[in-house]
Amino acid sequence: MIRLDNLTKVFETPKGPVVAADHISMDVPSGEICILLGPSGCGKTTTLKMINRIVKPTSGKVLINGEDTTGMDTQTLRRNIGYVIQQIGLFPNMTIEENITVVPKLLGWDKARYRERARELMAMIAMDPDAFLKRYPSELSGGQQQRIGVARALAADPPVMLMDEPFGAIDPINRAVIQDEFLKMQQALNKTIMFVSHDIDEAIKMGDRVAVFREGKLVQYSTPDDLLAAPKNSFVESFLGEDRALKRLNLVKVRELVTDEIATVTPGDTLETALAKIEDFGYQNSILMVNERRQPAGIISRSLARTTKGYCRDHFQTVPAVIGLDDDLRKAASLMFAHDTTWLPCVDDEGRVCGHVTQRAMTSHLGARFRTRQGDTRNPDPAIKE
Amino acid sequence: MPIQTMKGALRIALLVVIFFAGVWSHSSGLIDDFLWYLPDVQYLMGEHIWLTAMSGSLAILVAIPLGIVLSRPSMARFAESLMQVLNVGTTIPTLAVLALSMSFLGIGTLPAVFGLFVATLLPITRNTYTGLKGVNPALMEAAAGIGMSPAQRLFKVELPNALYVIFAGIRTALTINVGTVPLAFLIGAGGLGELIFTGIDLYDPVMMLSGAIPTALLAIVVDALVAFTAFLLVPRGVNPARA
Repeated sequence: MIRLDNLTKVFETPKGPVVAADHISMDVPSGEICILLGPSGCGKTTTLKMINRIVKPTSGKVLINGEDTTGMDTQTLRRNIGYVIQQIGLFPNMTIEENITVVPKLLGWDKARYRERARELMAMIAMDPDAFLKRYPSELSGGQQQRIGVARALAADPPVMLMDEPFGAIDPINRAVIQDEFLKMQQALNKTIMFVSHDIDEAIKMGDRVAVFREGKLVQYSTPDDLLAAPKNSFVESFLGEDRALKRLNLVKVRELVTDEIATVTPGDTLETALAKIEDFGYQNSILMVNERRQPAGIISRSLARTTKGYCRDHFQTVPAVIGLDDDLRKAASLMFAHDTTWLPCVDDEGRVCGHVTQRAMTSHLGARFRTRQGDTRNPDPAIKE
Repeated sequence: MPIQTMKGALRIALLVVIFFAGVWSHSSGLIDDFLWYLPDVQYLMGEHIWLTAMSGSLAILVAIPLGIVLSRPSMARFAESLMQVLNVGTTIPTLAVLALSMSFLGIGTLPAVFGLFVATLLPITRNTYTGLKGVNPALMEAAAGIGMSPAQRLFKVELPNALYVIFAGIRTALTINVGTVPLAFLIGAGGLGELIFTGIDLYDPVMMLSGAIPTALLAIVVDALVAFTAFLLVPRGVNPARA
């Protein structure tokens, strides 16, 4: 766990003192990613760098796993904190292997152990050890370099990691890939991570908690969902953007609002049966047809069922799209818009139908959250001490 | 193909000219004239190399630590002004430096080595300083954030990354050094300058050239040697020659 206790940094400039971080107090529970978010010059990076003393705090304390780091030797402290920076900062004079094993070497590991560790880390970041370990950073692409940067920070298996806009300099496509890889790694590693970002989408995607900074002050510290549903003031609201309700689509999984009651027909049913079911269940346009393994096989439209006689197997249309239980609502919404439909069948891992999700369900799920929030009196988040 | 033909013809013409020049120089006794100075050249070249090696290695031993000290953050306040002093120092003609060192240290090897040392010191210090200052700040931040001590940062990150620039300084300095050693003869330190200046005084071009040509060759050899050392010593990842 990382605890910041009234952490303050005042820079003395020729124009007078500038308060870069003003009594920042916050807790990051073990195994969580905390995003420090805000516009440039808001103090998020200063706050991060005070944790490993790249910036020396003016006052206040940093506690890691309950232990006050103030008295700790700076080098020992830093060797036990992984550090990833936006400029990557791989040492160009060293091979990839040497770069990754820098910290284990500093900690005095024996050769066999750190070489083994280098191979392990390469496997973890999905890069071939034999192909890359002996190469130099200049021979790698930006995305590959930052993967190595992350591996270097993880080398000595530190419990805590600090990441300063680690994926900021990587092109958008690669950035999304690296973010996903990193989240997958984090599920296994369970590091406590402080992560600076100025990108709201990145914050929502990566963060278990988000701390919004403005002019050296911590404005709001809450989960991404709370942040989007209940921004504390107009600054946070404008920083989140006008489409903040849409951004919440990323955070909700289909699983949370799937209706498992879904009427289906089989290819052997008559169109009359289909029409009856459509009427019974109050479907507006169509009904799903499934095969013997309950996999979606087609769609019977209501207008067709009303005007035609015969069997479903002869009169179905293809299923426009299906959605998995662990996909997020953003994907669901996108598929609905793309296929001009108001509902999607949901399938489990084996592709069997297990319910459906409707536009109505989505809007009411998101809206419910906003309505309850507007009802309460907007108590200050308990995590923030004023 | 007229250009190709022209080139071929020129090449053949050049070979013919060289051949006849050789024939002429042999028949006129020019080669024998030069060979007459061979023992002198051998002896003086020994002195010449000794002066270069002595002043050059002293300069390297002093200049690199000096450059390192100046590049430390704690020295930032004085470093720029000190570098300016060194820059002004570089503009003083070497002959003047030799003359000055003679007036303090007298005649002979000692003032010559000292004068050459001063002249060689400046380019190496300057390149060491700029090389170290030019190391990407992101590397320094990463090195610090990883938990390297200041000494580890210097030896594992800063110096390896500045080495190419430092070697460029050594290369310039030593080449200048070899070319300056002949002046040391003027304050009584020997070296190939003895043949050059005596040759000038006696209007004896053969004598002068038997001093000047080995000096030039020596400069080229030293330059190549330093370049080769740099090729070997600068780590592959930051060595443009081995990219």
